[in-house]
Amino acid sequence: MSTTPISGETNVSTVSVSMIFQRLKATNWYEFVIEGLIRLAGVSTIFIVGLIFLFLLREGLPAFLDIPLRQLFGPRWYPIEGRFGIWPLMVGSFIVTVGAVIIAVPLGLTTAIYLGEIAPPWQREILKPFIEVLSGIPSIVLGFLGWVALAPLVQRLGAPTGLTAFTGSLLLAYMSLPTIISISEDALYAVPKEYRDAALAIGATQWQTIWRVVLPAARSGLVIAVMLGIGRAIGETMAVMMVTGNAANIPPLGPGMLFQPVRTMTATIAAEMGEVAKGSLHYNTLFGIGIILFLITLAINSIAGRLVGAQSSRRRGGQL
Amino acid sequence: MTRQQTQKIAVAVISTVAGLVVIPILLVILFIVVNGIGAISWEFLTAPPKNGMREGGIMPALVGTIFLTFGTAIAAMPLAIAAAIYLAEYAGDTRLTRWVRLAIVNLAGIPSIVYGLFGLGAFVLYFNFGTSILAGSLTLGIMTLPVVISTAEEAILSVPREFRVVSLSLGATRWQTIRHQVLPHALPGIITGVILGLSRAAGETAPILFTVAAFYVPHLPRSIFDQTMALPYHLYVISTQVPGMPLSNQYGTALVLLLLVLSLTLVATIVRSRMRQRRQW
Repeated sequence: MSTTPISGETNVSTVSVSMIFQRLKATNWYEFVIEGLIRLAGVSTIFIVGLIFLFLLREGLPAFLDIPLRQLFGPRWYPIEGRFGIWPLMVGSFIVTVGAVIIAVPLGLTTAIYLGEIAPPWQREILKPFIEVLSGIPSIVLGFLGWVALAPLVQRLGAPTGLTAFTGSLLLAYMSLPTIISISEDALYAVPKEYRDAALAIGATQWQTIWRVVLPAARSGLVIAVMLGIGRAIGETMAVMMVTGNAANIPPLGPGMLFQPVRTMTATIAAEMGEVAKGSLHYNTLFGIGIILFLITLAINSIAGRLVGAQSSRRRGGQL
Repeated sequence: MTRQQTQKIAVAVISTVAGLVVIPILLVILFIVVNGIGAISWEFLTAPPKNGMREGGIMPALVGTIFLTFGTAIAAMPLAIAAAIYLAEYAGDTRLTRWVRLAIVNLAGIPSIVYGLFGLGAFVLYFNFGTSILAGSLTLGIMTLPVVISTAEEAILSVPREFRVVSLSLGATRWQTIRHQVLPHALPGIITGVILGLSRAAGETAPILFTVAAFYVPHLPRSIFDQTMALPYHLYVISTQVPGMPLSNQYGTALVLLLLVLSLTLVATIVRSRMRQRRQW
């Protein structure tokens, strides 16, 4: 090696170094572009949420500007007469959603407790796909079933018509169950096994352990489950439109209001958008309802999202 | 009442309630299968509707839904997978990342009818695509983003860290590592996410109401700027808008839609469980 002329050696190494450098530059450019695109794709999700809001505003803002707020949030929805009071629609959505939550939350939480705490593993393996299947059934199919099978049943209960808020609540409850079950099961799963062991070791029964230890420990996760279930219920459209009777009036206060036909915000958009003239006040108002729906779900999901974030960072901290 | 008795009662009640939740799922599916199976024939699947929809088949709606599903895949996949790679491989625990995650949670929560409004305002009117397969696919594509992103991210994260460490230590760059080590192993999971997203899109009605769905078109769409019939909307139309519609056709349509969507879900589940079995780490 020592006999090799120094100049030759430097020559060779310069060539190879510059080649490597060139290749490095090429891959770097290529990678620079690709990584840039990937980052852009990630950030674009924020951009898309903004874009959705922007386009809703673009078409819906005139409703808030041209209709006096008093009338817009007033009690009369008679588009043909130019009365655009969305209060009955908000009440309709509220009744149906509250009904759904009252039915779905106890059922959902109990099922989650069964799956997470009581069922043997083989049962869990069978039952969980079932819940997934339920979440996969298109809402129009459930709406169709509600229309041909459930509504006649409800009518037999004594309501003047089968198409009531209650029928909608039943369907919606069923549709929001998968959300509630899977998220609250995750919350139960996240409770450390040591908590249960400790409770059982000091002589608590399984039920006492679940009621006094596991559920309180999983509380924040269960709240998230309920919130997302509400979010799911309030935005549901087709099934609700088919079974709630679509009468835009405010039922008299009381438990009887569940058995009146109502019209939800979502159903109003779906039913009327096909018939309105583009750019008319009616058209703007339907988009305005969309803005309100968007903001409601945005609030629910942002709060739930924050809670999830807080929970998972706390859990990470705990594990470390 | 002793606490042992309470325990027994509690378990009994909880089990019963769980049964009450699960059994109707079976009943719902059985009910549609039993009532709908009689309507299904070769003609039902391959003929266009006749006599004001009351006779004939569902072919244009079925084909339209298949077109829309492919369109959705093309519209959503590149962006969703890239966003998943970003979240799994590039995103640190920064403020920006938290905003991205919050945006995805919110996208998942936006009501489907609001996506429909957005599609109408943005794609149909502003970009002037008209009521078309293009507008409908883009709308459905954006709606499917959160499902695909979160499933794909999970798949990418499940690839062991060692794979990345070894690849990087051999001199591969970050992108080479992702491209040749991470993505191939995450592929089945990513496919699962895509199929799950598509099964959701195939069954949705509200987002396509104003962006693509046609009440009745006798022929198949000829370009992406054409309207098309779609199965979910067709079911809505024949069950509520067409008086004197034979019930068997309605059940038949519901059954075809249910089978289409559930078979997609099933494929996704099988891909996922095979992936878990084959995994050697």
